[in-house]
Amino acid sequence: MDFLNALVALSNFVLVPAIAYGSQLALGALGVTLIYGILRFSNFAHGDTMAFGAMIAVLVTWGLQAAGVSFGPLPTALLALPFAILGCIVLVLITDRLVYRFYREQKAKPVILVIVSMGVMFIMNGLVRFIIGPDDQRFSDGARFIVSARDFKAMTGLREGLAIKTSQGITVIVAVVAVALLFWFLNKTRTGKSMRAYSDNEDLALLSGINPERVVMITWIIVAALATTAGVLYGLDKSFKPFVYFQLLLPIFASAIVGGLGNPIGAIAGGFIIAFSEVTITYAWKKVLTYVAPESLEPSGLVQFLSTDYKFAVSFVILLIVLLFKPTGLFKGKAV
Amino acid sequence: MTETVKNTLLFVVVGSLILLTGFTQSWNTAILILNMGLISAIMSIGVNLQWGFAGLFNVGVMGFVALGGLAVVLVSTPPTPGAWSAGGFGVILALLLGAATVVAAVMVAQRMPKGRVQTFTIIGILIVGFFVYRAIFDPNIAAIEAIDPAVAGNIGGLNLPVLIAWPAGGLLAAGAAWLIGKTALGLRSDYLAIATLGIAEIIIAIMKNEDWLARGVKNVYGIPRPAPVVGYEVELQQDPSFIARAEWFGLDPVTASTLSVKLGYSLLFVIVLLALLWMAQMALKSPWGRMMRAIRDNEVAAEAMGKDVTRRHLQIFVLGSAICGIAGAMMTTLDGQLTPGTYNPLRFTFLVWVMVIVGGSGNNFGAVLGAFLIWFLWVQVEPIGLWLMNLITAGMPDGSALKSHLIDSAAHMRLFTMGLILLIVLRFSPRGLIPEK
Repeated sequence: MDFLNALVALSNFVLVPAIAYGSQLALGALGVTLIYGILRFSNFAHGDTMAFGAMIAVLVTWGLQAAGVSFGPLPTALLALPFAILGCIVLVLITDRLVYRFYREQKAKPVILVIVSMGVMFIMNGLVRFIIGPDDQRFSDGARFIVSARDFKAMTGLREGLAIKTSQGITVIVAVVAVALLFWFLNKTRTGKSMRAYSDNEDLALLSGINPERVVMITWIIVAALATTAGVLYGLDKSFKPFVYFQLLLPIFASAIVGGLGNPIGAIAGGFIIAFSEVTITYAWKKVLTYVAPESLEPSGLVQFLSTDYKFAVSFVILLIVLLFKPTGLFKGKAV
Repeated sequence: MTETVKNTLLFVVVGSLILLTGFTQSWNTAILILNMGLISAIMSIGVNLQWGFAGLFNVGVMGFVALGGLAVVLVSTPPTPGAWSAGGFGVILALLLGAATVVAAVMVAQRMPKGRVQTFTIIGILIVGFFVYRAIFDPNIAAIEAIDPAVAGNIGGLNLPVLIAWPAGGLLAAGAAWLIGKTALGLRSDYLAIATLGIAEIIIAIMKNEDWLARGVKNVYGIPRPAPVVGYEVELQQDPSFIARAEWFGLDPVTASTLSVKLGYSLLFVIVLLALLWMAQMALKSPWGRMMRAIRDNEVAAEAMGKDVTRRHLQIFVLGSAICGIAGAMMTTLDGQLTPGTYNPLRFTFLVWVMVIVGGSGNNFGAVLGAFLIWFLWVQVEPIGLWLMNLITAGMPDGSALKSHLIDSAAHMRLFTMGLILLIVLRFSPRGLIPEK
């Protein structure tokens, strides 16, 4: 019984939140890694792209709510997601046309593109703040829990409850669908194959008649879709605040780099590695340990390795360790 | 028009923009812009040293600036009575043990033969070291934070003159930069960028949460001033000779005293800026500066010529970060308070980058010019944006939601404008206003 209680407590406070957070990071990291693979620079504006997409979803959700449309127990934001993706695609395609294309034609050094993406970051951040303001916005509705802690206790008779929020369930399902679609696209379709060819060897791909501008355009479309999805899921799970998306940049980059920049599978693995490390290291283990450890060894403190405020430090330290020992990431990434 | 004339003209233009602020708005605003412009100029010299001279992509400026501010608190505030005896030495001991753990782990990683035994030894050292560290660290911190938490609860400072804190801020930033550079400088440019971005966030997280150090988000107020130079408003207002002088200028004593204090700071900042600018110019012209640019332009060739690229990179990374630390210490002194919650990477890292790129990377005068210009715009875009929004919305009915939203949002025009300026300069004049020679 104690063991089961420990297991439930562990799932409730560590596994479930980490899986949801890991899926959100993985979707974000996929966007970063695709840009890196095809356009060959680290996109600092990615966090703000996520914020922009999520912002459109928030606005459309409010519109739908005002019009009386709802999605039953599911959040209305899911209905708004396609519109948000469209809006975000328009924004990134305009950005690419006005900003990035010039440097591509010049064959500018990657670091120049990174600085350019800093400028884009400022503009997107300014746009989001201008339109929706810098404050917290709540836009989740529908049922709050799939399983609530009280129901779970009544159902199983255990002392520990297991709560699964609707947003967490949706995050995992949407992430799985998105990743499956992405991999199907990259591996099975002609366009996806041309993208991978372009990423592997640009010159050879050009010789085989692949149109680079088309590859770039499709990359941006996919990235916008992934970023918006990640942004909306994160916003549903926590709340929408523009500055938080900017701060997500660090764990997202950490995920992409740990997995190997330019490698989509690596990005997913990296997302989960970062999420699980952050949650396990900043979780107070006292509750789980009191069930498992014999009474004489019962912990007196919280058994929290680091306070939750240092979660950035966790992703960062992992990033540093991986970079020092395996510079191309766990899965083989590429180096420009 | 020769280059010198053009560059002088650019400085004259920025100078007159600030003067114009003085005539049309208020002299207080103008001198405030001047003071923060001077501090920004020092930060930009630091970033220019790293990026313009050596091509190092450091986006952790905020962290070094914040460390400079921390140094001011640790050096110039009075010590909290009883804090050292309650737990100060324990904390130092714990930190030393923590450092020893890391050093031991690194030693094992370097000296022991590779294999499973080595891995387990490293993990063992780290785990044992961590628990010993926490066991000593936690009770001592609790003891310090328990001392009068409403006004103190921190370790306090050394009660030294605040001017000593400026070089100390540079030293603290340099120490941190050395540690970071040792681990991260071997990385590729964009990895280094992410690494420095992360370190800056961690430094801010530490300053926000370690209340024993500088009270965390409870902030430290009343940091002493470099009093002999700037003085205090209240004292000046009672000084008959000062009042007489103020009357001669046609100012009332209150305004005159605030202006005089601010100008005192300006004087100090100008001295520091000129000294650093002179040093940076000398460095640029010296064989050392030429070597740096050679490394920046072609690392492989420089290495083939026998230059130790990693060491030179570390050297210039430490120097540039130290300059940012000095600027951070000066800023905290000017504010008179340390507020870790207000450090924001957009304002303290990326804005400095905009200054360097707009001014002209690789040219010290360019960096200084960019700092003044961008800081002026950063301050003035808000009132200009408000004016613009009032103009746009003039035709709309009062009380309409769109009108109030547009006027409220005018404050957020800043970031948008800065991004736009950066992109326009990068596109049409990528070498900046005063390009590298």
